[in-house]
Amino acid sequence: MRDGTPLRHLALKDLHLALGARLVPFAGYAMPVQYSAGVMQEHLHTRAAAGLFDVSHMGQVILWPKVGMDRLALAFEALCPADVAGLGAGRQRYGLFTGKQGGILDDLMVANRQTHLLVVVNAACKAADLAHMRAHLSPVAEVIEVTDRALLALQGPLSEAALARLLPDVARMRFMDVTTQVWQGQDIWVSRSGYSGEDGFELSLPETHAQAFAEALLAMPGVAPAGLGARDSLRLEAGLCLYGHDIDTTTSPVEAGLGWAIQPVRRAGGARAGGFPGAERILRELADGPSRLRVGLRPEGRAPMREGTALFHGDTHVGTVTSGGFGPSVGAPIAMGYVPRALAGPGTLVQGEVRGRRMPAAVSALPFRPTAYKR
Amino acid sequence: MKYTEDHEWLRVEGDLVVVGITEHAATQLGDVVFVELPEVEAMVARGDEVVVIESVKAASDILAPVDGEIVEVNEALVDTPRLVNDDPLGAGWFFKIRVDDLSVLDEYMDEDEYEDMIA
Repeated sequence: MRDGTPLRHLALKDLHLALGARLVPFAGYAMPVQYSAGVMQEHLHTRAAAGLFDVSHMGQVILWPKVGMDRLALAFEALCPADVAGLGAGRQRYGLFTGKQGGILDDLMVANRQTHLLVVVNAACKAADLAHMRAHLSPVAEVIEVTDRALLALQGPLSEAALARLLPDVARMRFMDVTTQVWQGQDIWVSRSGYSGEDGFELSLPETHAQAFAEALLAMPGVAPAGLGARDSLRLEAGLCLYGHDIDTTTSPVEAGLGWAIQPVRRAGGARAGGFPGAERILRELADGPSRLRVGLRPEGRAPMREGTALFHGDTHVGTVTSGGFGPSVGAPIAMGYVPRALAGPGTLVQGEVRGRRMPAAVSALPFRPTAYKR
Repeated sequence: MKYTEDHEWLRVEGDLVVVGITEHAATQLGDVVFVELPEVEAMVARGDEVVVIESVKAASDILAPVDGEIVEVNEALVDTPRLVNDDPLGAGWFFKIRVDDLSVLDEYMDEDEYEDMIA
């Protein structure tokens, strides 16, 4: 955000404040970082019951086809190494915008909503992503920024039971299904997804009805508000990347361990292999392995290793922590960072320099705890 | 009890000053997950960073409020850092420091002044 640009407020600001939220600036928005329960409780409650998050700062973009969905999907594949042409109606997939050098411009969700694609992108990248899509997709699509809809995430094992009392059909959805449900005459775009490692839903709905809907959810058994702080510790335990921290224009998808977001059809030998920015480097790294890899780290002792912590092996500086903190459900400090491939095996010991002292940390498999998606 | 602008409380015990953080500070900080304490017998100067507190989200420093010698630290915080949240004015104390002249505390706020500051 440029200095002096006023913070934008969420449509649910009044509800957040009534729930005891502490608002902090994030990507140009005044965002609830926590409510009165605090980050630890909100995190644990989401794992045990259900947390309701306001993620309306994220960008929602409709790509409306001008010359058919097939042409649009293929054009989108020229920006993103995911299999979009093979994405069925009513399904969603995680994807990336890659750069010419094979770095990551943003990570995103793309949904095939039958008549159009819906893309959800990071708040901090929203303007750049819109420009990128308009520059490359305008011949095949209207690129429409959705500005009148809130985006809520309901995450945790009681999400289905709570949401199904308002929208009964969601109980039939599987992980990464997308549907439209109607509540009080309003279309709610539902996906069974999220970013916490738990089962859950993301709900896009008109801002005019967002507060009433959020209040109806919060009245359901087990549903409590949760802020950005808990969202961050949940996604870290789930081994999920935060753009601008764990992934950026200097990290390739393969280094980041996101090769699973490049389906076989887009890889060497696939029917639509390559054809996305940075394909040469990315396909080479898929074949030969990258020089470094994103790994999980379990610091010994209780001291967290925060983002920016330098990692050493012997006397050699081998990498840097890109996300780190305390995992409330793990009950110990956890971190992610990049190390050379030779050091990326689970159990390898490295040292993180915390306040001038080198502390041991073991490379750990990701995620730090099993995910609970309803596949 | 005296208070600093950094939300520390200072309680005199004989020639020692016990140092902790206020309820207001503990609430702002959120759930404490790690506390790094100074070495006993360390000589510290006012303004030195003597304690590191980590919450789920962030790290903060506690500064020495006076010059002196650290004579005792609250080892219970190593295994139970959440004492800082549960009982900030009691079991959540950090360290005891010996000072030559307790009059150095005079410049710090009393409770009414501190309450005014955070109001």
